[in-house]
Amino acid sequence: MDVVMLSRLQFAAATMFHFLFVPLTLGLSALVAYMETRYVKTGDETYLNMTKFWGKLFLINFALGVVTGITLEFQFGTNWSRYSAYMGDIFGSLLAIEASLAFFLESTFIGIWIFGWKKLSKKAHATVMWLVAGAGNISAVWILLANGWMQQPVGFTIRNGRAELTDFLAVVTNPFGLLEIVHTIPSAFLLSAFFIMGISAWHLLKKEHIDFFTRSFNIGLVVGLVTSLVVVITGDLHAVHVTRTQPAKLAAMESHWETQAQAPIVLFAIPDEANEGNKIEIGSLPGVLSFLGHHDFNATVTGLRDIPKDERPPVLPTFVSFRTMVALGTLFPLLTIVGMFLRKRLLESRWYLWTMLLAIPLPYLAMEMGWVLAEVGRQPWIVYGLLKTAAAASPIAEAQVMTTLVGFILVYGLLGIAGFYLIANFAGKGPQTASENS
Amino acid sequence: MLLQSVWFFLWGLLWAVFFMTDGFDMGIGSLYPLLGKSERDKHMMIHAMGPMWDGNEVWLITAGGVTFAAFPLVYAVMFSSLYSALMLILFALILRGVSFEFRNKVESAAWKKVWDTCIFLGSFLPALLFGVAFGNIFQGIPFDGDGVYQGTLLTLLNPYGLLAGVLFVCLFVMHGALWLAIRTDGDLAERAARLAGKLWPVLTGVAVVFLVATFIFTSLYDNYLATPVLFLVPLVAVAGLVGIRYFLMQQAFFKAWFSSAATIVACTFFGVIGLFPSLFPSSIDTAFSLTAFNASSSPLTLQIMLIVVVLFIPVVLAYQIWAYKLFSGKVTDDDLAHEETY
Repeated sequence: MDVVMLSRLQFAAATMFHFLFVPLTLGLSALVAYMETRYVKTGDETYLNMTKFWGKLFLINFALGVVTGITLEFQFGTNWSRYSAYMGDIFGSLLAIEASLAFFLESTFIGIWIFGWKKLSKKAHATVMWLVAGAGNISAVWILLANGWMQQPVGFTIRNGRAELTDFLAVVTNPFGLLEIVHTIPSAFLLSAFFIMGISAWHLLKKEHIDFFTRSFNIGLVVGLVTSLVVVITGDLHAVHVTRTQPAKLAAMESHWETQAQAPIVLFAIPDEANEGNKIEIGSLPGVLSFLGHHDFNATVTGLRDIPKDERPPVLPTFVSFRTMVALGTLFPLLTIVGMFLRKRLLESRWYLWTMLLAIPLPYLAMEMGWVLAEVGRQPWIVYGLLKTAAAASPIAEAQVMTTLVGFILVYGLLGIAGFYLIANFAGKGPQTASENS
Repeated sequence: MLLQSVWFFLWGLLWAVFFMTDGFDMGIGSLYPLLGKSERDKHMMIHAMGPMWDGNEVWLITAGGVTFAAFPLVYAVMFSSLYSALMLILFALILRGVSFEFRNKVESAAWKKVWDTCIFLGSFLPALLFGVAFGNIFQGIPFDGDGVYQGTLLTLLNPYGLLAGVLFVCLFVMHGALWLAIRTDGDLAERAARLAGKLWPVLTGVAVVFLVATFIFTSLYDNYLATPVLFLVPLVAVAGLVGIRYFLMQQAFFKAWFSSAATIVACTFFGVIGLFPSLFPSSIDTAFSLTAFNASSSPLTLQIMLIVVVLFIPVVLAYQIWAYKLFSGKVTDDDLAHEETY
């Protein structure tokens, strides 16, 4: 393998691992802040226990999210130095703004929250958690704007052999970035809601801490319902925007080879890149792809054959990740709607509780697939239409990248095992044990 | 020119603040096996930096982010050249970061031992390697006109680079020992203070050797000889060093820590001023060197970033100082017993 492929693998490993923890911290921080606020307002000890129990799970994820985020920032310089030199004028400034505006706030106040229970008034302590939650989400906004710019570069001119900023406002109002924000952040809240519901379901199945976990479940249910609907709507808007800005990605998402009007959606297919077509196609719905892409059944949709071979993304991973994401995205509102009907008799609805327990990994899978789609689907471009990934890697020795790739796998493997062991351990123990433990 | 120069010094300032704040965390972690005799000692040491270390580490993220934003070419060439060293630092910091959170969550001696080791390695290695990296930058890095590094990891481990590494370790360990003397009590605080006292001659010796070696191996003094008034900066470092000794004898640990902070900031600026306008000099040919003027972002980006930094860094400083004040007293047993903390 060459440096580019090794660097891509390394970056994929680092981002996908990072994103196992970040979404939960975005949503759960806000929900913990909400629980603590309820405690301050009502004095109800159950809310305090909820704050501490879910807060502990939040903190484990937060630690893993932060430390894996640090490597990501530096990997642009270590592994993608040509990219950094070419795009730093714009991309670098977004990262720097993220650090000074949001990351400082989040990291300073998380320490205060952990250590400040007795040093601050109840009200101030709850406010601190809101600051942590707000800062975490603002941080995500800037990172998504940075990624959005790689998907649809705006507000720049090519000068001195690189992209230079000409319009900062265009960069921060980049439609691609904004769509990523309204799709990804609600997805993170959805994941957190399913996390809460799944763990609550486990304890309700065992009939322990019933009041505690019924209330927790209901918070998750409301958040899950609202966000799953938002995610579907913004996902649709996002697909329309991708059709207009990244036709190659859309064609690969659908394994759509022939440019045509009334383009169909294929229910099942096995893409065959070598022969520029699909090996098997089952169930074709005419016009649906045109409708999804352009909200018009008669619109023409570009096929992969009309895109130069060296500008086509790898079809199979793009196709599979998109289908998986959409299938799961459709499932989430259904699960929460069913939950709304069952919420008064949760304890008796054991099949539903089992379903929700087993559903914990699904939002994780959906989000990872979303990123595979966004990033693999953008290939061979690292910045769409401007710079190819192959031209972006650092001029460094293969052996170095190989060594660190192994290092990543070892270190992240250790972290993953320890982290998930702790999460499962604390989630399984339940609230009382959590507050007895130090 | 002015904008680029301003950014050059802001770049230096961010590194200086990072070393000043996270420096004591790295120092405490490096002292962890030495001073952490009992379980209570270890708890105390983690608590002494617990509320701050995360916020401190963000100064590194910001220093990195600002290098990326203001001097993208430096970011690209620096981090790809120092690839292996930087990756080692990052892995070390990762392990340190989770150790605080993970260590006390399972009652098992083996589990604790793993994370104790990570706390030490995650503090000591970055302290050493940041020094090695800066030492190498001071004397120039072998990279060519295309920004391609012509050495290996071992190239960086040359005598001058290692000397800078040792200096950084000494500075941070001193800084950490003083912080422990301030924030812990009893036997641990006394041992930390005694250690600081013993360390002082070592640190001073290493600093003198470093200053002489710098004269021999680098051209850092050129700027000083051209503008002798700049010698005030290394004088501040010397004054800080003397201050540490003076306040240690008075048992005024907080003042001693401040002196140590001044020493670290002045040492960083000694290097930064000596480098100016180079950010990343090439040892192959000075024509390849990256400077504040040939490696910066566009004026528009520099202006926007300056507005962001001028508006927000004071805010950051304000709440970080507030956080330090909030946790200013000695760590008590009551704090240690509190359930939510590490």
